[in-house]
Amino acid sequence: MSTLTPAKPARGIRSTAEKAPRAQRESPFARVSAMIVMGVFTLYFLVPIWWLLVAASKNRSQFNSTNPLWFADFSLFENIGNLIAYRDGVYLKWMLNSALYAGGGALVGTIIAGMCGYALAKYNFPGRELIFNVVLGGVLVPATALALPLFLIFSQISLTNTFWSVFLPSLVSPFGVYLARIYASASVPDELIEAARLDGAGELRTFFTVSVRMMVPALVTVFLFQFVAIWNNFFLPLIMLRDETLFPVTLGLYAWNSQVNQIPVLRDYVLIGALLSIIPLIIIFLLLQRFWRNGLSAGSVK
Amino acid sequence: MQIKKRAAAVALLTAATVVLTGCASGSTTSGGDAAACEPSEGKVDLTFTTWIPGMEDVAAVWNEENPDVQVKVQTGPNGNGGTYQNFFNQLKAGNAPDLGQIEYDALPNFRVQDGLMDLAACEGVLDAKADFVDWTWGQVNFGEDDAVYAVPQDAGPMAMFYRADLFAANNIAIPTTWEEFAVAAEAVRATGGYITNFSQSDINQFAGFVWQAGGSWFENDGDNWTIDLTSPESVKVADYWQDLIDRDLVSTNPPWTDEWNNAYNTGSNWTWNSAAWGANSIASGAPDTSGNWSVALSPQWAAGDDAAGNWGGSSTAVFKGSKHPYEAAQFALWLNTSDEALTMLNKSANLYPAAKSGLELPALKEGVEFYGGQAIYDVFAEASAQVSPDFIWGPTMTQVYNDTSDGFKGAVTGNGTLTDALTSAQQSTIDALEAQSIPVNK
Repeated sequence: MSTLTPAKPARGIRSTAEKAPRAQRESPFARVSAMIVMGVFTLYFLVPIWWLLVAASKNRSQFNSTNPLWFADFSLFENIGNLIAYRDGVYLKWMLNSALYAGGGALVGTIIAGMCGYALAKYNFPGRELIFNVVLGGVLVPATALALPLFLIFSQISLTNTFWSVFLPSLVSPFGVYLARIYASASVPDELIEAARLDGAGELRTFFTVSVRMMVPALVTVFLFQFVAIWNNFFLPLIMLRDETLFPVTLGLYAWNSQVNQIPVLRDYVLIGALLSIIPLIIIFLLLQRFWRNGLSAGSVK
Repeated sequence: MQIKKRAAAVALLTAATVVLTGCASGSTTSGGDAAACEPSEGKVDLTFTTWIPGMEDVAAVWNEENPDVQVKVQTGPNGNGGTYQNFFNQLKAGNAPDLGQIEYDALPNFRVQDGLMDLAACEGVLDAKADFVDWTWGQVNFGEDDAVYAVPQDAGPMAMFYRADLFAANNIAIPTTWEEFAVAAEAVRATGGYITNFSQSDINQFAGFVWQAGGSWFENDGDNWTIDLTSPESVKVADYWQDLIDRDLVSTNPPWTDEWNNAYNTGSNWTWNSAAWGANSIASGAPDTSGNWSVALSPQWAAGDDAAGNWGGSSTAVFKGSKHPYEAAQFALWLNTSDEALTMLNKSANLYPAAKSGLELPALKEGVEFYGGQAIYDVFAEASAQVSPDFIWGPTMTQVYNDTSDGFKGAVTGNGTLTDALTSAQQSTIDALEAQSIPVNK
């Protein structure tokens, strides 16, 4: 795969390790400073997570009195047990809700965005550009700005405080449509679609069996973006939901955190809960990054 | 170009929707508008939004005893964390819950926006006045004798938590007046510690000090609001703390942080003037100091006075639009006066009751180990009776807190003074009320 990407400067460091002649063109100074910059950023991003891990492993009395960046008595599992036991496992329910909102929303949202982008790229019909431009406009509108109007609309049809009030708005991804269109027009050859049609495949079948396979990298990207966006979306559930059993984990932890002054024990649970809540995101990224990297390099052939 | 124009149009349209739907109309209605409050026919379902943990269990007890009036508890973050904004959105959309938890300092905002049901006509509500500590009733009727906009739930009478061991070991007398407090502060500073921490962002605490000094920040004559952040009492309190800050006799850690906890845990901070609910905050923030704390009544402005401030506390309100105000009011009364409910709430959320009978709960008569076995809630019960009924909150407290806190943060770093902060908050509060078309006396 890396042989496909000689022209990408961002991948230079790895390439230099593989190909000796190119190394001479980069001065040691450039390499060292690049490493330093990356090292600093890595630290910047990882230290808070490290802190979270360490803090979550302490019991409450050690939390204030010991070094914040190193372990004291290791009681992480005990803490996790307490968290899960608190209020009959409401935390697990939140995690499950988040997984449903984010997993289901991202999956359906990706399919919709993929089909929509594909249609915009491959079919000629009147109003195509208009639709695309409206969708593009949607990219510019922040989701937070839509939460309140959505609440009022959902109130009209008595759907607030339901699973659907968070799930349905999560299905829409204008950026996904945009990406899918760009990618489909670049990577799905018209000839291939033509060939599939000649072989007697219907449009849907062509899409799902031929085009989707070629669009996988774009679709994975859309899925990841959408998954992370829904997982982190906090404002919409905050406005829509009142029933604790429907909360996603972000809202639940926020609600706990706002009560810490009155119920100090919640502070521990917020910390441990925050730590556990990033694990699914890490897993998704690790599982899907293979596709993603493929996608980046595939684009560079052009 | 075409893309840009369309995108701009879409964005504009959305923004307009937000503005249209988001801004609340600032209408004031004055006087009681008590509608008839009749029992409903048949089985009634009520919804109750609160952020108090364990409320489901309390509601379950009620539901057990009242099969015809079933209460469903809904939850969310604390009021200023988003639940109040949700209430306003829901009131606008017409699907507010029947009952909601509202802190005293937020009640005027809901009143001004006409979101509260006047419960005066509901059976037993006016008579319940005698069941509650006097000043808490003033917080829910805004001084109107024939109106009741919520039922008091909990209160935060203030007293002084102090390190009994350190005061004794260093032969420093426990201050009973603010003058003695300042003298003791010098003695404490000489040992290397600080007598207390001045909080730059707990403006409610500062308001509690002003409350104790006999001041009030707001006044409402039925139509117009008068804003008085710079009343003589308020300035007196500000000058007092400014002096302690200037002489480096109090620390200025941001409250509720590790730094702040640590200062108490390591014994470098000796006292905390706080509310009844603060007892657990110290116990959890400074676990190593268990057994060394005691509680005394707050220092007074003049020797022999008996005044206390209040910090926090909330009420149970019935929202406009509730179809079952009668049943909702009955539940609110039961929730906040029955020993059973109050005991459960105290256990699950450390609520300190606003009901007189609640102060006599067995749970609030016991000695507390963290405080060397002292029955600390006896002190708070005494303080609760000393809180003045005259302190009134304004309709834009979030803004007042933010603006004052901005000024206080400057003051503790030597940028301006606390009085400057109050002066500028006074003006910005007037502006904020006028921006919402709420009439202001200038």
